[in-house]
Amino acid sequence: MTGTGLDERVNVEPAEYRRRLASRPTLGDRAFRGLLRAGGVIVLGIMVMVGLFLLIRALDALRSAGLSFFTTAEWNPDGGKFGIAAVLLGTVLIGLTAIVVALPLALGTALYISEYAPSSLRRTLINLVDLMAAVPSVVYGLWGFFLLQPDLLVVGASGDGLPRWLATYFGWIPLFRVEQNGKPIDPRNPLVSGTIFTSSSFIAGIVVAMMVAPIACSVMREGFSQAPLGEREGAYALGSTKWGMIRAVVLPFGAGGIIGGTMLGLGRALGETIAVFMVISVVFAVQPHILEAGTSSVSSLIALKYGEATPFATSALMAAGLALFVMTLIVNFAASAAIARSRSGAVSDG
Amino acid sequence: MTSFQTAGRASSGATETIIEPRTPMPADAAPLSAPPVDPRLPEVRRTTHGFQQRDVLPLVGALAASLSLTSVGYFFLEPWSGVLGYLVVAYLAFIALYALLVSVDSSVTMVKDRIASVVAHSLAMTMLLALVVVVSFALWQGRSVLGHANFYTEDMSQAGPLAGLEVGGVLHAAVGTLIMISIGLALTIPLGVVCAVFLSETRGAFARFVRTIVEAMTAMPSVVAGLFVYAAIITLQSAVGRGQKSGFAASIALSLMMLPIMIRAADVVLRLVPGNLKEAASALGAPRWRVVWHVVLPTSRSGIMTAIILGTARGIGETSPVLLTAGYTTGFNMNPFSGPMVSLPLLTFSLTKSPEPGFIARGFGAATVLMVIVLLLFLLARVVGGRSPGELTRRQRRARERRSARDLERFDSYLPVADHSEADRT
Repeated sequence: MTGTGLDERVNVEPAEYRRRLASRPTLGDRAFRGLLRAGGVIVLGIMVMVGLFLLIRALDALRSAGLSFFTTAEWNPDGGKFGIAAVLLGTVLIGLTAIVVALPLALGTALYISEYAPSSLRRTLINLVDLMAAVPSVVYGLWGFFLLQPDLLVVGASGDGLPRWLATYFGWIPLFRVEQNGKPIDPRNPLVSGTIFTSSSFIAGIVVAMMVAPIACSVMREGFSQAPLGEREGAYALGSTKWGMIRAVVLPFGAGGIIGGTMLGLGRALGETIAVFMVISVVFAVQPHILEAGTSSVSSLIALKYGEATPFATSALMAAGLALFVMTLIVNFAASAAIARSRSGAVSDG
Repeated sequence: MTSFQTAGRASSGATETIIEPRTPMPADAAPLSAPPVDPRLPEVRRTTHGFQQRDVLPLVGALAASLSLTSVGYFFLEPWSGVLGYLVVAYLAFIALYALLVSVDSSVTMVKDRIASVVAHSLAMTMLLALVVVVSFALWQGRSVLGHANFYTEDMSQAGPLAGLEVGGVLHAAVGTLIMISIGLALTIPLGVVCAVFLSETRGAFARFVRTIVEAMTAMPSVVAGLFVYAAIITLQSAVGRGQKSGFAASIALSLMMLPIMIRAADVVLRLVPGNLKEAASALGAPRWRVVWHVVLPTSRSGIMTAIILGTARGIGETSPVLLTAGYTTGFNMNPFSGPMVSLPLLTFSLTKSPEPGFIARGFGAATVLMVIVLLLFLLARVVGGRSPGELTRRQRRARERRSARDLERFDSYLPVADHSEADRT
C-alpha cells in the first residue's frame, strides 16, 4: 500500500522524478523551537540590557568629565573632579604582579600534572586544583591579610621580608622604589617603619596570584594533554629526554593553552574585588611604586564609594566599572581566541 | 656485513642489489659514555623505568648540602632574617648543587632534564602547599568558635563587641545564603538550561551572536554586576517610591554572575552528546523536542548537573555583589523582598574588618562554614558528574536492563506465539 504510488511514478517518469525531502515541523516542535528561541532572546535581552544600562548611566558622567576622565587621579565626582588614571594604573599593576607570580606556578603545576605526576595521583591533583579555583575569594583575602602580610612578607616592626629586600637591592628600578612624602626612603635605615611596606600592590598581587593560578593551570593542563601520543613517542624514539620531549612536543602544542590560560587569569585578576579590597589601603593618587603602602583598583573604588553616592556619583562609578568591564572583555576575548586557535590549528596526523 | 651481503648476492642472482648503510659507521667507534663491560660477566638487563639509586642519591645529597650550607650562612656567618629568605636561598643552592652532582656522571642534556623535572615538581608542591595553607589557616583561626554549639544556632544580634564566644552565631548568614542562592538558582537553572539547549541545537547567525554575548558576559567583574543591580534599585526607588537593599536584589546580582558561567559549561557538555544517538532518535521518527527531552538531556544529565553545581559554588562564594545589594544585618531576616539580608561571605568580610578579636574569630568561623559548604558542593559535583555522556552507573544500567526486559514481555504479549527461549533474550 505504501510503495505503490511511488512505484507507479517511478515507472512513468524514471528520469525526472525526484523525491522531495522537506521536514514539516509538528506542533510540538514549533512550540519547542519557540521556547528555545525565547530562552536565547531572554538571555540576550538581559545581557544587552545590563550593558546598555551601564553605558547610558555612565554617559552622564563621561560627558561631563570628557577626556579628563582618563587623566585625572582624584575621585570627587560631586566636586566635579574625578577620573580613573590612578585606579586604572593600580588595577593594571596588581593584575600584572599577579600574573607574573601566577604564570610560573601555574605552568609548573600544569606540566607536573600532565607529564610528571604518577597516573594514580593525577585525578586527585586535577580535583585539588579545581577545588582551589572554587575557594571563595574572601578566604584568600583572609589569608592575605592575616597570614601572608604580617607573618611572611612584612614581618615585625621593621617590616623584614621580600618587599623590603626588593626595595633594598632593586630600589634603583623605579617600579620598586619606595617613597614617603614624595622623597625616596632608604630601606637600609633600620628606623624606617615596616608599615610603609604594607597594603601595597605587590601584596595584593600575590594574593590575587594565588587565586588565579589554579584557573590558569587548568587551561594550560588541558592544552598540554592534547599533545598527541604519536609525537611524544616519536620524540622519545629519537632519543630525547623527558625535558627534550616536553620542549619539542608538549610546549608547542600547548602554546595556545599557555597564552589563553594566562590571559584568562589576567582577566580574573583585573576584576577581582574583595581579596584586593581587604589587603590594600585605597589612595587616589597615581602611585607607580608597587612596594609602597597604598594603592587602588577600580573594583575597590566601587566597593568603597558605592554607598555615599549621589545619582551623579553613581554614574561616575558606572563609568569606572564600564572601563574595567571593557578591559576584562578585551583580555578575555584575546584568551578565547588564543585557546580556539590552538585547538583548531594543532591537529596532528597521528 | 660482508658475509650477509655475499649470501644475499648468491641467492638473488641476476637482480643484484647493493645494500649499503646510508650513514658510514666507523668500525671501531667507542660506544658513547658506556663503561667498559667485562665480557665474561653475564649480561644484566637494564631497567629503563622507575626510580633508581643513581636518581635518588644526588637528590638527597644536594638537599642535605644545600640545607647545611644555608644554615651555616644564616646561623653563623651573617644572621640574615626571615624564613622566606632562608627557603629561597636554600632552594637556589639546592638547584645549583643538584646540577653539579648530576653533571658528574651525565651529559649536559641529562642535567637540563633533571633540573626541569625538579623545578616542575617543586612548583607544583608550592602551589598545592599554598592551597593547604589557605584552607587550613581559616580552619585553624576559626577553631575557637567552631566548638560552640550556639555558633550554629544563633544570630549576631545579641553579640556586642565584647561578648564572649558563647553568644552569637552565623545561622542568620547561612539562612541568608540559602535564600539568596535558592532564588538565584530558581531564576538561573531554567533559563540557563533552555539557553544552552538553544545554543547547542540551533545553527545560524543568531545563535552565534548569543554565544558571543554570553561569552562576553563571563568577563563581567562581579562588582560591576553588583553595581548594576544597585543602580537599578536606586532608579526604581526614585521612579516608584520603593525599592531597597534586599536579599532579592542580591539574588538578581548573583544570577547575573552565575547565568553566563552555567550556560557556557552546559553548552560544552551538550555539544559532547554523540550525534549518532540524536540521529537514531530522529530516524525512529521522534520530533525534535522528543529527541532533546528523551535523548540529549538524559544523556548529558551528569554534565549539566556539574555545570549547575559549579556555578552554585561560584555564586555562594561571591562577596562583592552581595556587599553592594543586600546590606548588612545582625539578625534574622527571612523575607527576601524587604530589609537587609546577610550572606556567609559578606558576614566573614564584615566581621574580620572589625578590630575585636572575638569578631575576627567568628569571621574565620563563618569562612570555615562557607568553605565546608563549597567543598560539599564540589564533592557532589564530582559524584554526579565525572562521567562522559551516555556512561551509566551500575544502578542505572540495571534499571535500564529491567526496563528493556519489561518491554520484551510487552512485545511478547502482542505476539500470537510467545515462545522466547533464554538464548533469544540475551
